[in-house]
Amino acid sequence: MKMEIPAELEAKIDEAIAQYPISKRSATLPLLHLIQEHFGYIEDAAIEWVAGKLSIQPINVLEVVTFYPMIRREPAGKHHIRVCRTLSCAMAGSYELLDTFCKHARIDRQHNGQHGAHLLKSEDGKYSIEFVECLASCGFGPVCMINDDFYEAVSQEEVPQLLAKYQ
Amino acid sequence: MVSIARTPHPREKRIIFKNIDRPGWTNEIECYFRDGGYEELKKAFTMKPEQIVNEVKASGLRGRGGAGFPCGVKWGFIKPGGSKPVYLICNADESEPGTFKDRYIIHQDPHQLLEGMIISCYAVNARLAYIYIRGEFPEGAKILERALAEAKEHGFLGKNILGSGFDLEIYVFRGAGAYICGEETGLIESMEGKRPYPRIKPPYFPAALGLYMCPTIVNNVETLCNVKHIVRIGGAEYAKMGKPNNTGTRLLCVSGDVQKPGYYEFEVGGITIGELINDICGGMKPGRTLKAVIPGGSSAKLMSAKDRYKIKTKQPDGKMVEQEVGLEDIPIDFDTLAAAGSMAGSGGVIVMDDTRDMVWVLNNINEFYAHESCGQCTPCREGSLWMKKITERMLHGGGVEQDTATLKSVADNIAGRTICAFGEACAWPTQSFVAKFRDEFVATAGKKGNTNGSTNH
Repeated sequence: MKMEIPAELEAKIDEAIAQYPISKRSATLPLLHLIQEHFGYIEDAAIEWVAGKLSIQPINVLEVVTFYPMIRREPAGKHHIRVCRTLSCAMAGSYELLDTFCKHARIDRQHNGQHGAHLLKSEDGKYSIEFVECLASCGFGPVCMINDDFYEAVSQEEVPQLLAKYQ
Repeated sequence: MVSIARTPHPREKRIIFKNIDRPGWTNEIECYFRDGGYEELKKAFTMKPEQIVNEVKASGLRGRGGAGFPCGVKWGFIKPGGSKPVYLICNADESEPGTFKDRYIIHQDPHQLLEGMIISCYAVNARLAYIYIRGEFPEGAKILERALAEAKEHGFLGKNILGSGFDLEIYVFRGAGAYICGEETGLIESMEGKRPYPRIKPPYFPAALGLYMCPTIVNNVETLCNVKHIVRIGGAEYAKMGKPNNTGTRLLCVSGDVQKPGYYEFEVGGITIGELINDICGGMKPGRTLKAVIPGGSSAKLMSAKDRYKIKTKQPDGKMVEQEVGLEDIPIDFDTLAAAGSMAGSGGVIVMDDTRDMVWVLNNINEFYAHESCGQCTPCREGSLWMKKITERMLHGGGVEQDTATLKSVADNIAGRTICAFGEACAWPTQSFVAKFRDEFVATAGKKGNTNGSTNH
């Protein structure tokens, strides 16, 4: 399958590549970010396209894709929720917060929020959720991100109103 | 989302955080100008680069990312007039659990960082620089992009900056959720478009063989901000703040079981652990007592409130005297915390009260390191996972008598046997938790219960 990259996206891609005058390969991760922002995830065709664009082998791109937790091989929900799992947030109740999000977003937590599992998604595809490691706001836990928006000191009670903002 | 009061405490000395939460303050360049912004850059261009390096050396500034390496010494490794280009990278991959300081500089005062960074680039003659910001800060990356565009519009970036003949471009590079990218050689590999497997030192000290095998300076956000203030007041004046060999101010991030967690700035060594918890952070929650503190991010060794610590203090006559003190009487600076068996690290202070189960806490930390090990070195890749598996099964009643000893043995066989310091970072928590709270580990290991792994976190 061939990748169709819209002209506007390719212009951004070329601009990103220009920021690495010494080695185009440095643009691997920046390109993956741009493509994921546009298409939602990285499919095989995207890996081949990036490799072609940067004159490197697809395996060079694949090894980067598979390393980084934020680069996805499958689509997330329409709204993606990241709950911080790490110590200070866990002490402030992030495990309970994840459970509450799952309950109200109708996400079946069969994988128990384990790292490396497939993304947990609601049946209607509206929400996906994952535990992530430290989001660097440890004094104001539990913290979460919904898409690119950041929330601190989130109580379980406010989960329904928070989800209502993301339809 | 409760509203969080973040007015500075009267005991703070805010230099780097002067503008954080300041009423009427915005992150736009016009606001920064009204506060004397970019005046230090103009001053820097009246100085020779080696003069700035000497001022930074005289300041005694130590890296604020975790290792505490003297910044001026690091810069001094770059020899002027070398044949290869020099690069500078700002490490904004803030990911050490318990640390949340760079976020606020980036969001609220990005020009302070850029000014410090441009001065630093001029000092080490770097003409191309990058800010490596963690993927989880998408808004921060946008703010930096906008701040860079503003700086460029005003002629602080690009060709012949302010008529100095110095050219510089700075770009933002976004990470994608990997803690190991905060390790400077892992960060460099990541920026080269590869898996961020750290490089072995020697020979790959970034100042000699860094980005694209060229001399590269990697400095933390807070460290680079300090450079602006060193140029402002001079290295000697800066060195008067704090203590000898522990100069300047330090951003401390307090989280966990205190009444008022948050971020604070003090002169280095100007406050003890007890003063920080009780006077600044409102003390422990009602009815609870202090059990333990992790003083410098989750990699730092745990300190128990029960123990006594040997520290060295300087007497009025200049003599160093060894003293035995309790946890609360330990001043927070690089050398004292190291002498007390832990480290100041990244300034992330995590406080635990008497309700905390130390096996549960360690298991949470172990899960972090098991997830974040890059997998390059066998002792770390396998050991971090096994430490997590052991603490996890102990929590679920599946422990065996030997678990406490096995944990220690696994940790002892990681530290010192890996390419990068992640080996120590993941071994130190286990080593210190087991050493300080051995009885709890032995008791939990002996408990029988549900062994099929149902989770009750």
